[in-house]
Amino acid sequence: MLEVTSLQKSFDGFKAVNNASLSVKEGEVVAVIGPNGAGKTTLFNLITGVLKPDGGKVFFKGEDITGLPSYKVCRRGMSRSFQVVNVFPRLTVFENVQVSVLAQQKKTWNLFAPSAKLAIGETERILENVGLVDIKDATSAALSHGERKVLEIAIALGGSPEFLILDEPTAGMSPEETTRCIDLIKQLKEKLGITILFCEHDMEIVFSISDRIMVMVRGSTVIEGTCEDVRCCQEVQDAYLGGSDACLM
Amino acid sequence: MKNPLLRGKLPWVIAALIVLFLLPLFLDRFYVYLAAIILLTGLCATSLNFVLGYGGVFQFHHAVFYGIGAYGTALMIIKSGLSPWLGFVVGPVAAGIVGFVIGVICIRLSKLYFGMLQISLGSLVWAIVYRWYSFTGGDDGIHGVPLPDIISSPNGAYYFTLTVTALSMFVLYRMIRSPFGSALQGIRDNPVRSEMIGVNVKLQQLIALTIAGFFGGVAGSLFVVVDNTVFPDMMFWTLSLELIIMCLLGGWFSFLGPMVGAGIIVLLRTYVSGLTVYWAFILGIIMMLVIFFLPNGVLGYLDRFVKKKARGG
Ligand SMILES: Nc1ncnc2c1ncn2[C@@H]1O[C@H](COP(=O)(O)OP(=O)(O)O)[C@@H](O)[C@H]1O
Ligand SMILES: [Mg+2]
Repeated sequence: MLEVTSLQKSFDGFKAVNNASLSVKEGEVVAVIGPNGAGKTTLFNLITGVLKPDGGKVFFKGEDITGLPSYKVCRRGMSRSFQVVNVFPRLTVFENVQVSVLAQQKKTWNLFAPSAKLAIGETERILENVGLVDIKDATSAALSHGERKVLEIAIALGGSPEFLILDEPTAGMSPEETTRCIDLIKQLKEKLGITILFCEHDMEIVFSISDRIMVMVRGSTVIEGTCEDVRCCQEVQDAYLGGSDACLM
Repeated sequence: MKNPLLRGKLPWVIAALIVLFLLPLFLDRFYVYLAAIILLTGLCATSLNFVLGYGGVFQFHHAVFYGIGAYGTALMIIKSGLSPWLGFVVGPVAAGIVGFVIGVICIRLSKLYFGMLQISLGSLVWAIVYRWYSFTGGDDGIHGVPLPDIISSPNGAYYFTLTVTALSMFVLYRMIRSPFGSALQGIRDNPVRSEMIGVNVKLQQLIALTIAGFFGGVAGSLFVVVDNTVFPDMMFWTLSLELIIMCLLGGWFSFLGPMVGAGIIVLLRTYVSGLTVYWAFILGIIMMLVIFFLPNGVLGYLDRFVKKKARGG
Protein backbone atom coordinates (compact mmCIF):
# COMPACT_ATOMS: atom_id res chain seq x y z
CA MET A 1 0.00 0.00 0.00
CA LEU A 2 2.86 2.36 0.89
CA GLU A 3 6.26 2.09 -0.71
CA VAL A 4 9.04 4.47 0.33
CA THR A 5 12.39 4.24 -1.45
CA SER A 6 15.62 5.94 -0.39
CA LEU A 7 14.08 9.18 0.86
CA GLN A 8 16.45 12.08 1.56
CA LYS A 9 16.00 15.32 3.44
CA SER A 10 18.60 17.80 4.69
CA PHE A 11 18.18 20.82 6.92
CA ASP A 12 21.00 23.30 6.28
CA GLY A 13 23.31 20.50 5.22
CA PHE A 14 22.35 18.24 8.12
CA LYS A 15 20.97 14.98 6.74
CA ALA A 16 17.90 14.34 8.90
CA VAL A 17 16.66 11.58 6.62
CA ASN A 18 19.20 9.79 4.52
CA ASN A 19 18.21 6.73 2.57
CA ALA A 20 15.11 5.69 4.41
CA SER A 21 13.10 2.91 2.84
CA LEU A 22 9.92 1.26 3.97
CA SER A 23 7.02 -0.74 2.71
CA VAL A 24 3.63 -1.28 4.29
CA LYS A 25 1.09 -3.78 2.97
CA GLU A 26 -2.63 -3.37 3.22
CA GLY A 27 -3.98 -4.33 6.66
CA GLU A 28 -0.59 -4.31 8.38
CA VAL A 29 0.54 -2.44 11.46
CA VAL A 30 4.11 -1.32 10.96
CA ALA A 31 6.28 0.43 13.55
CA VAL A 32 9.22 2.72 12.97
CA ILE A 33 11.62 2.75 15.90
CA GLY A 34 14.86 4.54 16.53
CA PRO A 35 16.50 6.85 19.04
CA ASN A 36 15.43 10.48 19.46
CA GLY A 37 16.49 12.54 16.49
CA ALA A 38 16.71 9.49 14.23
CA GLY A 39 14.43 11.23 11.76
CA LYS A 40 11.14 9.41 12.33
CA THR A 41 9.00 12.53 12.48
CA THR A 42 10.81 13.97 9.48
CA LEU A 43 10.15 10.74 7.59
CA PHE A 44 6.42 11.04 8.36
CA ASN A 45 6.48 14.68 7.30
CA LEU A 46 8.02 13.66 3.99
CA ILE A 47 5.46 10.93 3.39
CA THR A 48 2.49 13.19 4.19
CA GLY A 49 3.66 16.21 2.21
CA VAL A 50 4.34 18.49 5.18
CA LEU A 51 7.94 18.60 3.89
CA LYS A 52 9.23 18.07 0.36
CA PRO A 53 11.96 15.43 0.00
CA ASP A 54 15.31 16.25 -1.60
CA GLY A 55 15.42 12.79 -3.14
CA GLY A 56 13.68 9.43 -3.20
CA LYS A 57 10.15 8.37 -3.95
CA VAL A 58 6.90 7.76 -2.12
CA PHE A 59 4.28 5.50 -3.69
CA PHE A 60 0.82 5.18 -2.20
CA LYS A 61 -1.66 2.66 -3.58
CA GLY A 62 0.58 2.27 -6.60
CA GLU A 63 0.71 5.98 -7.41
CA ASP A 64 3.62 8.37 -7.06
CA ILE A 65 2.74 10.92 -4.36
CA THR A 66 6.26 12.28 -3.86
CA GLY A 67 6.11 15.98 -2.98
CA LEU A 68 2.33 16.29 -3.26
CA PRO A 69 0.87 18.90 -0.87
CA SER A 70 -0.71 17.49 2.30
CA TYR A 71 -4.28 18.21 1.32
CA LYS A 72 -3.91 16.10 -1.81
CA VAL A 73 -2.23 13.29 0.10
CA CYS A 74 -5.09 13.37 2.58
CA ARG A 75 -7.70 13.23 -0.17
CA ARG A 76 -6.12 9.99 -1.39
CA GLY A 77 -6.94 8.30 1.90
CA MET A 78 -3.98 8.97 4.18
CA SER A 79 -4.35 10.69 7.56
CA ARG A 80 -1.97 11.27 10.40
CA SER A 81 -1.67 12.39 13.98
CA PHE A 82 1.21 14.53 15.19
CA GLN A 83 3.78 13.91 17.92
CA VAL A 84 3.50 17.43 19.26
CA VAL A 85 -0.19 18.07 19.83
CA ASN A 86 -1.48 19.84 16.76
CA VAL A 87 -5.20 20.48 17.17
CA PHE A 88 -7.47 23.51 16.64
CA PRO A 89 -7.22 25.26 20.03
CA ARG A 90 -10.15 27.69 19.77
CA LEU A 91 -12.61 25.11 18.47
CA THR A 92 -14.51 22.67 20.67
CA VAL A 93 -13.64 18.98 20.67
CA PHE A 94 -16.69 18.35 18.52
CA GLU A 95 -15.77 21.07 16.02
CA ASN A 96 -12.19 19.79 15.83
CA VAL A 97 -13.40 16.45 14.51
CA GLN A 98 -16.31 17.89 12.57
CA VAL A 99 -14.12 20.16 10.45
CA SER A 100 -12.06 17.14 9.50
CA VAL A 101 -15.18 15.20 8.50
CA LEU A 102 -16.46 18.21 6.52
CA ALA A 103 -13.14 18.43 4.69
CA GLN A 104 -13.30 14.72 3.90
CA GLN A 105 -16.83 15.14 2.54
CA LYS A 106 -15.52 17.98 0.36
CA LYS A 107 -17.98 20.43 1.87
CA THR A 108 -15.57 23.25 2.67
CA TRP A 109 -16.76 25.29 -0.32
CA ASN A 110 -20.31 25.27 0.93
CA LEU A 111 -20.94 28.87 2.00
CA PHE A 112 -24.53 28.82 3.17
CA ALA A 113 -25.57 25.56 4.79
CA PRO A 114 -25.23 25.68 8.58
CA SER A 115 -22.31 23.58 9.86
CA ALA A 116 -24.33 22.90 12.98
CA LYS A 117 -26.51 20.51 10.98
CA LEU A 118 -23.82 18.75 8.96
CA ALA A 119 -21.65 15.70 9.56
CA ILE A 120 -23.16 15.26 13.02
CA GLY A 121 -23.61 11.49 13.00
CA GLU A 122 -20.18 10.75 11.60
CA THR A 123 -18.51 13.09 14.10
CA GLU A 124 -20.44 11.64 17.04
CA ARG A 125 -19.48 8.12 16.00
CA ILE A 126 -15.78 8.97 15.92
CA LEU A 127 -15.96 10.71 19.30
CA GLU A 128 -17.73 7.70 20.73
CA ASN A 129 -15.12 5.35 19.29
CA VAL A 130 -12.23 7.20 20.87
CA GLY A 131 -14.07 7.97 24.11
CA LEU A 132 -14.25 11.77 23.90
CA VAL A 133 -18.00 12.07 23.56
CA ASP A 134 -18.47 13.21 27.18
CA ILE A 135 -16.29 16.27 26.72
CA LYS A 136 -17.30 17.13 23.18
CA ASP A 137 -18.36 20.68 24.04
CA ALA A 138 -15.14 21.59 25.83
CA THR A 139 -12.73 23.92 24.05
CA SER A 140 -9.78 21.81 23.01
CA ALA A 141 -7.32 24.18 24.70
CA ALA A 142 -8.95 23.21 28.02
CA LEU A 143 -8.19 19.47 27.68
CA SER A 144 -5.54 17.48 29.49
CA HIS A 145 -2.50 16.38 27.56
CA GLY A 146 -3.74 12.81 27.29
CA GLU A 147 -7.14 13.90 26.02
CA ARG A 148 -5.54 16.11 23.43
CA LYS A 149 -3.41 13.23 22.19
CA VAL A 150 -6.61 11.20 21.72
CA LEU A 151 -8.20 14.18 19.96
CA GLU A 152 -5.18 14.13 17.64
CA ILE A 153 -6.18 10.64 16.54
CA ALA A 154 -9.86 11.54 16.36
CA ILE A 155 -9.13 14.42 13.96
CA ALA A 156 -7.13 12.03 11.78
CA LEU A 157 -10.04 9.58 11.80
CA GLY A 158 -12.34 12.35 10.57
CA GLY A 159 -10.76 11.87 7.17
CA SER A 160 -12.01 8.24 7.01
CA PRO A 161 -8.47 7.09 6.23
CA GLU A 162 -7.48 3.78 4.72
CA PHE A 163 -3.98 4.48 5.90
CA LEU A 164 -3.15 6.11 9.21
CA ILE A 165 0.17 7.43 10.47
CA LEU A 166 0.54 7.92 14.23
CA ASP A 167 3.58 9.81 15.52
CA GLU A 168 4.22 8.66 19.10
CA PRO A 169 0.51 8.33 19.94
CA THR A 170 1.04 7.51 23.62
CA ALA A 171 3.85 9.96 24.41
CA GLY A 172 3.17 11.69 27.72
CA MET A 173 0.08 9.63 28.54
CA SER A 174 -0.63 8.12 31.93
CA PRO A 175 -0.48 4.28 32.12
CA GLU A 176 -4.28 3.97 32.01
CA GLU A 177 -4.53 6.35 29.08
CA THR A 178 -1.81 4.40 27.33
CA THR A 179 -3.70 1.12 27.77
CA ARG A 180 -6.86 2.65 26.36
CA CYS A 181 -4.93 4.16 23.47
CA ILE A 182 -3.39 0.80 22.58
CA ASP A 183 -6.83 -0.81 22.64
CA LEU A 184 -8.04 1.92 20.33
CA ILE A 185 -5.22 1.31 17.86
CA LYS A 186 -5.93 -2.43 17.85
CA GLN A 187 -9.60 -1.69 17.24
CA LEU A 188 -8.80 0.59 14.33
CA LYS A 189 -6.93 -2.23 12.70
CA GLU A 190 -9.35 -5.02 13.46
CA LYS A 191 -12.76 -3.35 13.25
CA LEU A 192 -12.14 -0.65 10.67
CA GLY A 193 -9.42 -2.43 8.72
CA ILE A 194 -7.16 0.63 8.73
CA THR A 195 -3.55 0.10 7.76
CA ILE A 196 -1.31 1.74 10.36
CA LEU A 197 2.22 3.11 10.36
CA PHE A 198 3.37 4.45 13.71
CA CYS A 199 6.40 5.23 15.80
CA GLU A 200 6.70 4.71 19.50
CA HIS A 201 9.32 4.71 22.23
CA ASP A 202 7.85 2.01 24.41
CA MET A 203 9.26 -1.28 23.08
CA GLU A 204 6.63 -3.36 24.82
CA ILE A 205 3.90 -1.56 22.92
CA VAL A 206 5.81 -1.82 19.68
CA PHE A 207 6.30 -5.56 19.97
CA SER A 208 2.74 -6.14 21.13
CA ILE A 209 0.90 -4.47 18.25
CA SER A 210 3.20 -4.45 15.22
CA ASP A 211 3.26 -6.94 12.40
CA ARG A 212 6.57 -5.58 11.21
CA ILE A 213 9.18 -3.08 12.38
CA MET A 214 11.53 -0.70 10.63
CA VAL A 215 14.54 0.51 12.58
CA MET A 216 15.93 3.91 11.79
CA VAL A 217 19.24 5.32 12.98
CA ARG A 218 20.67 8.68 11.97
CA GLY A 219 18.20 9.03 9.14
CA SER A 220 18.79 5.65 7.54
CA THR A 221 16.92 2.39 7.57
CA VAL A 222 18.98 -0.18 9.46
CA ILE A 223 16.65 -3.12 9.13
CA GLU A 224 13.07 -3.79 8.19
CA GLY A 225 11.50 -7.06 9.24
CA THR A 226 9.34 -9.01 11.63
CA CYS A 227 9.57 -8.51 15.37
CA GLU A 228 11.79 -11.59 15.60
CA ASP A 229 14.18 -10.34 12.94
CA VAL A 230 14.52 -7.05 14.71
CA ARG A 231 15.00 -8.52 18.19
CA CYS A 232 17.88 -10.64 16.99
CA CYS A 233 19.56 -8.17 14.71
CA GLN A 234 23.07 -7.36 15.93
CA GLU A 235 23.13 -3.90 14.46
CA VAL A 236 19.97 -2.98 16.29
CA GLN A 237 21.39 -4.29 19.52
CA ASP A 238 24.47 -2.17 19.04
CA ALA A 239 22.91 0.96 17.78
CA TYR A 240 19.70 1.18 19.63
CA LEU A 241 18.70 -1.44 22.13
CA GLY A 242 21.75 -0.84 24.26
CA GLY A 243 24.14 -3.52 23.05
CA SER A 244 22.95 -6.28 25.34
CA ASP A 245 24.19 -9.60 24.14
CA ALA A 246 21.17 -11.77 23.81
CA CYS A 247 18.28 -12.32 21.54
CA LEU A 248 15.99 -12.51 24.53
CA MET A 249 14.35 -9.16 24.93
CA MET B 1 -19.93 27.97 20.91
CA LYS B 2 -22.34 27.74 23.85
CA ASN B 3 -22.48 31.46 24.38
CA PRO B 4 -24.60 32.87 27.23
CA LEU B 5 -24.41 36.34 25.71
CA LEU B 6 -26.03 35.08 22.57
CA ARG B 7 -28.43 32.57 24.05
CA GLY B 8 -31.86 33.22 22.62
CA LYS B 9 -30.25 35.86 20.44
CA LEU B 10 -32.94 36.15 17.80
CA PRO B 11 -35.34 38.28 19.93
CA TRP B 12 -32.48 40.65 20.69
CA VAL B 13 -31.54 41.00 17.07
CA ILE B 14 -35.15 41.75 16.17
CA ALA B 15 -35.44 44.26 19.02
CA ALA B 16 -32.24 45.99 17.90
CA LEU B 17 -33.48 46.14 14.32
CA ILE B 18 -36.78 47.68 15.45
CA VAL B 19 -34.96 50.32 17.48
CA LEU B 20 -32.69 51.07 14.53
CA PHE B 21 -35.71 51.26 12.26
CA LEU B 22 -37.47 53.78 14.50
CA LEU B 23 -34.33 55.85 15.12
CA PRO B 24 -35.06 58.61 12.55
CA LEU B 25 -38.41 59.27 14.26
CA PHE B 26 -36.84 60.66 17.39
CA LEU B 27 -33.30 61.66 16.41
CA ASP B 28 -32.00 64.80 14.72
CA ARG B 29 -30.67 64.69 11.22
CA PHE B 30 -27.06 64.73 12.37
CA TYR B 31 -27.51 61.73 14.63
CA VAL B 32 -29.27 59.78 11.92
CA TYR B 33 -26.27 60.51 9.70
CA LEU B 34 -23.96 59.37 12.50
CA ALA B 35 -25.93 56.16 13.01
CA ALA B 36 -25.65 55.39 9.29
CA ILE B 37 -21.89 55.99 9.41
CA ILE B 38 -21.57 53.65 12.39
CA LEU B 39 -23.57 50.95 10.61
CA LEU B 40 -21.54 51.04 7.42
CA THR B 41 -18.23 51.36 9.25
CA GLY B 42 -19.28 48.41 11.39
CA LEU B 43 -20.03 46.41 8.27
CA CYS B 44 -16.59 47.28 6.94
CA ALA B 45 -14.93 46.19 10.21
CA THR B 46 -16.99 42.98 10.22
CA SER B 47 -15.88 42.19 6.68
CA LEU B 48 -12.28 42.73 7.79
CA ASN B 49 -12.85 40.47 10.77
CA PHE B 50 -14.13 37.74 8.44
CA VAL B 51 -10.50 37.20 7.41
CA LEU B 52 -8.74 38.65 10.47
CA GLY B 53 -10.58 37.12 13.43
CA TYR B 54 -12.09 34.11 11.69
CA GLY B 55 -9.46 33.49 9.02
CA GLY B 56 -6.27 34.43 10.86
CA VAL B 57 -5.10 36.44 7.84
CA PHE B 58 -3.22 39.65 8.64
CA GLN B 59 -5.27 41.90 6.40
CA PHE B 60 -3.53 45.15 7.34
CA HIS B 61 -4.92 47.36 4.60
CA HIS B 62 -8.61 46.64 4.42
CA ALA B 63 -9.56 50.29 3.82
CA VAL B 64 -8.44 49.86 0.22
CA PHE B 65 -11.54 47.78 -0.50
CA TYR B 66 -13.76 50.28 1.27
CA GLY B 67 -12.27 52.99 -0.95
CA ILE B 68 -12.56 50.97 -4.14
CA GLY B 69 -16.19 50.18 -3.36
CA ALA B 70 -16.86 53.89 -2.89
CA TYR B 71 -14.95 55.07 -5.97
CA GLY B 72 -16.36 52.25 -8.08
CA THR B 73 -19.88 53.28 -7.18
CA ALA B 74 -19.33 57.02 -7.52
CA LEU B 75 -17.45 56.81 -10.83
CA MET B 76 -19.97 54.40 -12.29
CA ILE B 77 -22.82 56.76 -11.41
CA ILE B 78 -21.07 59.87 -12.71
CA LYS B 79 -19.27 58.61 -15.79
CA SER B 80 -21.30 55.75 -17.22
CA GLY B 81 -24.69 57.31 -17.72
CA LEU B 82 -26.24 53.94 -16.91
CA SER B 83 -28.69 53.31 -14.08
CA PRO B 84 -27.16 54.57 -10.82
CA TRP B 85 -28.23 51.32 -9.14
CA LEU B 86 -25.63 49.56 -11.27
CA GLY B 87 -23.01 51.52 -9.34
CA PHE B 88 -23.92 49.62 -6.21
CA VAL B 89 -23.06 46.39 -7.98
CA VAL B 90 -19.93 47.61 -9.72
CA GLY B 91 -18.29 49.10 -6.60
CA PRO B 92 -18.41 45.94 -4.44
CA VAL B 93 -17.57 43.64 -7.35
CA ALA B 94 -14.54 45.78 -8.20
CA ALA B 95 -13.48 45.61 -4.54
CA GLY B 96 -13.91 41.83 -4.58
CA ILE B 97 -11.79 41.53 -7.73
CA VAL B 98 -9.02 43.70 -6.30
CA GLY B 99 -9.26 41.67 -3.09
CA PHE B 100 -8.70 38.54 -5.15
CA VAL B 101 -5.79 40.03 -7.12
CA ILE B 102 -3.97 41.42 -4.06
CA GLY B 103 -4.69 38.10 -2.37
CA VAL B 104 -3.10 36.11 -5.19
CA ILE B 105 0.05 38.21 -4.92
CA CYS B 106 0.29 38.15 -1.11
CA ILE B 107 -1.06 34.72 -0.19
CA ARG B 108 2.21 32.86 -0.68
CA LEU B 109 3.68 34.89 2.18
CA SER B 110 2.91 34.04 5.74
CA LYS B 111 1.37 36.19 8.46
CA LEU B 112 3.34 39.38 9.00
CA TYR B 113 4.92 39.39 5.53
CA PHE B 114 1.48 39.06 4.05
CA GLY B 115 0.43 42.15 6.00
CA MET B 116 3.47 44.17 4.99
CA LEU B 117 3.16 43.39 1.28
CA GLN B 118 -0.53 44.17 1.48
CA ILE B 119 0.18 47.58 2.99
CA SER B 120 2.58 48.32 0.12
CA LEU B 121 0.15 47.23 -2.59
CA GLY B 122 -2.71 49.04 -0.88
CA SER B 123 -0.69 52.23 -0.67
CA LEU B 124 0.01 51.86 -4.37
CA VAL B 125 -3.73 51.81 -5.06
CA TRP B 126 -4.13 54.86 -2.84
CA ALA B 127 -1.33 56.69 -4.70
CA ILE B 128 -2.94 55.96 -8.07
CA VAL B 129 -6.29 57.29 -6.91
CA TYR B 130 -4.60 60.30 -5.33
CA ARG B 131 -2.65 61.22 -8.47
CA TRP B 132 -5.08 60.43 -11.23
CA TYR B 133 -6.83 63.81 -11.28
CA SER B 134 -8.60 63.44 -14.60
CA PHE B 135 -10.39 60.26 -13.57
CA THR B 136 -10.69 60.23 -9.78
CA GLY B 137 -10.56 63.91 -8.97
CA GLY B 138 -7.27 63.40 -7.12
CA ASP B 139 -7.08 64.68 -3.59
CA ASP B 140 -10.26 66.72 -4.05
CA GLY B 141 -12.23 63.53 -4.39
CA ILE B 142 -15.71 63.59 -5.89
CA HIS B 143 -18.53 65.62 -4.41
CA GLY B 144 -22.26 65.65 -4.89
CA VAL B 145 -22.67 62.23 -6.40
CA PRO B 146 -26.21 62.19 -7.84
CA LEU B 147 -28.36 59.44 -6.32
CA PRO B 148 -31.74 57.91 -7.12
CA ASP B 149 -34.50 59.95 -5.44
CA ILE B 150 -35.60 57.25 -3.04
CA ILE B 151 -32.23 57.15 -1.27
CA SER B 152 -31.13 60.76 -1.68
CA SER B 153 -32.93 62.16 1.39
CA PRO B 154 -31.16 61.72 4.77
CA ASN B 155 -33.78 59.24 5.94
CA GLY B 156 -33.78 57.43 2.60
CA ALA B 157 -30.00 57.07 2.84
CA TYR B 158 -30.32 55.82 6.40
CA TYR B 159 -32.90 53.18 5.60
CA PHE B 160 -30.96 52.03 2.57
CA THR B 161 -27.82 51.72 4.71
CA LEU B 162 -29.70 49.90 7.46
CA THR B 163 -31.23 47.41 5.03
CA VAL B 164 -28.04 46.66 3.11
CA THR B 165 -25.96 46.44 6.29
CA ALA B 166 -28.44 44.08 7.97
CA LEU B 167 -28.56 41.85 4.88
CA SER B 168 -24.78 41.84 4.50
CA MET B 169 -24.27 41.04 8.19
CA PHE B 170 -26.73 38.18 7.88
CA VAL B 171 -24.90 36.77 4.86
CA LEU B 172 -21.51 37.10 6.60
CA TYR B 173 -22.92 35.40 9.69
CA ARG B 174 -24.24 32.51 7.65
CA MET B 175 -20.87 32.15 5.94
CA ILE B 176 -19.03 32.02 9.25
CA ARG B 177 -21.39 29.31 10.47
CA SER B 178 -21.12 27.35 7.20
CA PRO B 179 -18.65 24.55 6.42
CA PHE B 180 -16.61 27.19 4.59
CA GLY B 181 -16.47 29.18 7.84
CA SER B 182 -15.61 26.09 9.87
CA ALA B 183 -12.69 25.37 7.57
CA LEU B 184 -11.63 29.02 7.74
CA GLN B 185 -11.57 28.97 11.54
CA GLY B 186 -9.63 25.73 11.40
CA ILE B 187 -7.04 27.47 9.22
CA ARG B 188 -6.83 30.36 11.67
CA ASP B 189 -6.14 27.94 14.51
CA ASN B 190 -3.75 25.65 12.70
CA PRO B 191 -2.91 25.89 8.99
CA VAL B 192 -0.62 22.86 8.95
CA ARG B 193 -3.25 20.64 10.47
CA SER B 194 -5.94 22.07 8.19
CA GLU B 195 -3.90 21.12 5.17
CA MET B 196 -3.41 17.64 6.63
CA ILE B 197 -7.17 17.06 6.94
CA GLY B 198 -7.59 17.84 3.25
CA VAL B 199 -8.25 21.59 3.16
CA ASN B 200 -6.60 23.56 0.36
CA VAL B 201 -5.49 26.30 2.73
CA LYS B 202 -4.32 28.97 0.28
CA LEU B 203 -7.33 28.64 -1.99
CA GLN B 204 -9.72 28.74 0.95
CA GLN B 205 -8.05 31.93 2.23
CA LEU B 206 -8.09 33.46 -1.23
CA ILE B 207 -11.85 33.00 -1.54
CA ALA B 208 -12.26 34.46 1.96
CA LEU B 209 -10.17 37.50 0.95
CA THR B 210 -12.36 38.01 -2.10
CA ILE B 211 -15.52 37.86 0.02
CA ALA B 212 -14.01 40.26 2.58
CA GLY B 213 -13.03 42.66 -0.21
CA PHE B 214 -16.54 42.50 -1.65
CA PHE B 215 -18.26 43.39 1.64
CA GLY B 216 -15.66 46.07 2.37
CA GLY B 217 -16.73 47.45 -1.01
CA VAL B 218 -20.40 47.26 -0.03
CA ALA B 219 -19.61 49.43 3.00
CA GLY B 220 -17.76 51.87 0.73
CA SER B 221 -20.67 52.25 -1.65
CA LEU B 222 -22.97 52.87 1.32
CA PHE B 223 -20.70 55.75 2.29
CA VAL B 224 -21.40 57.33 -1.09
CA VAL B 225 -25.11 57.14 -0.32
CA VAL B 226 -24.78 58.62 3.16
CA ASP B 227 -22.14 61.27 2.52
CA ASN B 228 -22.46 61.92 -1.22
CA THR B 229 -18.68 62.15 -1.52
CA VAL B 230 -15.60 60.05 -2.01
CA PHE B 231 -12.03 61.07 -1.26
CA PRO B 232 -8.63 59.32 -1.31
CA ASP B 233 -8.28 59.28 2.48
CA MET B 234 -11.00 56.62 2.52
CA MET B 235 -8.27 54.22 1.50
CA PHE B 236 -5.38 55.73 3.44
CA TRP B 237 -3.64 53.29 5.75
CA THR B 238 -4.65 55.12 8.94
CA LEU B 239 -8.25 54.11 8.29
CA SER B 240 -7.08 50.50 7.99
CA LEU B 241 -5.47 50.87 11.38
CA GLU B 242 -8.73 52.20 12.80
CA LEU B 243 -10.58 49.21 11.35
CA ILE B 244 -8.16 46.81 13.03
CA ILE B 245 -8.58 48.66 16.32
CA MET B 246 -12.37 48.39 15.97
CA CYS B 247 -12.04 44.60 15.66
CA LEU B 248 -9.68 44.30 18.62
CA LEU B 249 -11.64 46.76 20.76
CA GLY B 250 -15.04 45.21 20.16
CA GLY B 251 -13.73 41.66 20.23
CA TRP B 252 -12.43 39.88 17.18
CA PHE B 253 -13.71 36.49 18.24
CA SER B 254 -17.29 37.72 18.56
CA PHE B 255 -19.39 38.25 15.47
CA LEU B 256 -20.76 41.60 16.62
CA GLY B 257 -17.48 42.72 18.21
CA PRO B 258 -16.29 44.78 15.23
CA MET B 259 -19.69 46.50 14.99
CA VAL B 260 -19.48 47.48 18.68
CA GLY B 261 -15.88 48.62 18.15
CA ALA B 262 -16.95 50.70 15.17
CA GLY B 263 -19.63 52.35 17.27
CA ILE B 264 -17.13 53.33 19.95
CA ILE B 265 -14.44 54.55 17.56
CA VAL B 266 -16.79 56.51 15.30
CA LEU B 267 -18.36 58.25 18.31
CA LEU B 268 -14.96 59.04 19.77
CA ARG B 269 -13.70 60.28 16.43
CA THR B 270 -16.73 62.52 16.06
CA TYR B 271 -16.60 64.04 19.52
CA VAL B 272 -12.96 63.88 20.52
CA SER B 273 -11.29 64.86 17.28
CA GLY B 274 -13.35 68.03 17.44
CA LEU B 275 -11.73 68.90 20.76
CA THR B 276 -8.18 67.88 20.05
CA VAL B 277 -5.80 67.44 17.18
CA TYR B 278 -4.25 64.42 18.84
CA TRP B 279 -6.65 61.84 17.39
CA ALA B 280 -3.86 59.47 16.34
CA PHE B 281 -2.39 59.75 19.82
CA ILE B 282 -5.72 58.82 21.39
CA LEU B 283 -6.09 55.87 19.01
CA GLY B 284 -2.68 54.65 20.10
CA ILE B 285 -3.68 54.83 23.75
CA ILE B 286 -6.95 52.98 23.09
CA MET B 287 -4.99 50.28 21.26
CA MET B 288 -2.61 49.90 24.22
CA LEU B 289 -5.41 49.77 26.79
CA VAL B 290 -7.23 47.14 24.77
CA ILE B 291 -4.15 44.97 24.42
CA PHE B 292 -3.39 45.16 28.14
CA PHE B 293 -6.86 45.08 29.69
CA LEU B 294 -9.30 43.73 27.12
CA PRO B 295 -7.43 41.12 25.07
CA ASN B 296 -10.76 39.68 23.92
CA GLY B 297 -12.39 43.05 23.37
CA VAL B 298 -15.49 44.56 24.93
CA LEU B 299 -17.79 41.72 23.90
CA GLY B 300 -15.25 39.09 24.96
CA TYR B 301 -15.12 40.78 28.35
CA LEU B 302 -18.90 40.96 28.71
CA ASP B 303 -19.18 37.35 27.61
CA ARG B 304 -16.84 36.20 30.37
CA PHE B 305 -18.62 38.46 32.86
CA VAL B 306 -22.00 36.94 31.98
CA LYS B 307 -20.59 33.42 32.20
CA LYS B 308 -19.23 34.15 35.67
CA LYS B 309 -22.60 35.51 36.78
CA ALA B 310 -24.31 32.46 35.31
CA ARG B 311 -22.07 30.24 37.41
CA GLY B 312 -22.92 32.35 40.44
CA GLY B 313 -19.30 33.50 40.80
N1 LIG C 1 12.49 21.77 10.56
C1 LIG C 1 13.71 21.36 10.96
N2 LIG C 1 14.79 22.18 10.80
C2 LIG C 1 16.02 21.78 11.18
N3 LIG C 1 16.30 20.58 11.71
C3 LIG C 1 15.28 19.72 11.90
C4 LIG C 1 13.93 20.06 11.54
N4 LIG C 1 13.13 19.02 11.83
C5 LIG C 1 13.94 18.07 12.35
N5 LIG C 1 15.23 18.48 12.39
C6 LIG C 1 16.35 17.70 12.87
O1 LIG C 1 16.30 16.45 12.21
C7 LIG C 1 16.64 15.42 13.10
C8 LIG C 1 15.54 14.39 13.11
O2 LIG C 1 14.44 14.89 13.80
P1 LIG C 1 13.08 14.09 13.96
O3 LIG C 1 12.63 13.67 12.63
O4 LIG C 1 12.16 14.94 14.75
O5 LIG C 1 13.53 12.84 14.82
P2 LIG C 1 12.64 11.83 15.67
O6 LIG C 1 11.21 12.07 15.36
O7 LIG C 1 13.11 10.48 15.22
O8 LIG C 1 12.97 12.06 17.10
C9 LIG C 1 16.88 16.05 14.46
O9 LIG C 1 18.28 16.18 14.64
C10 LIG C 1 16.24 17.40 14.34
O10 LIG C 1 16.95 18.34 15.11
MG1 LIG D 1 9.65 12.54 16.53
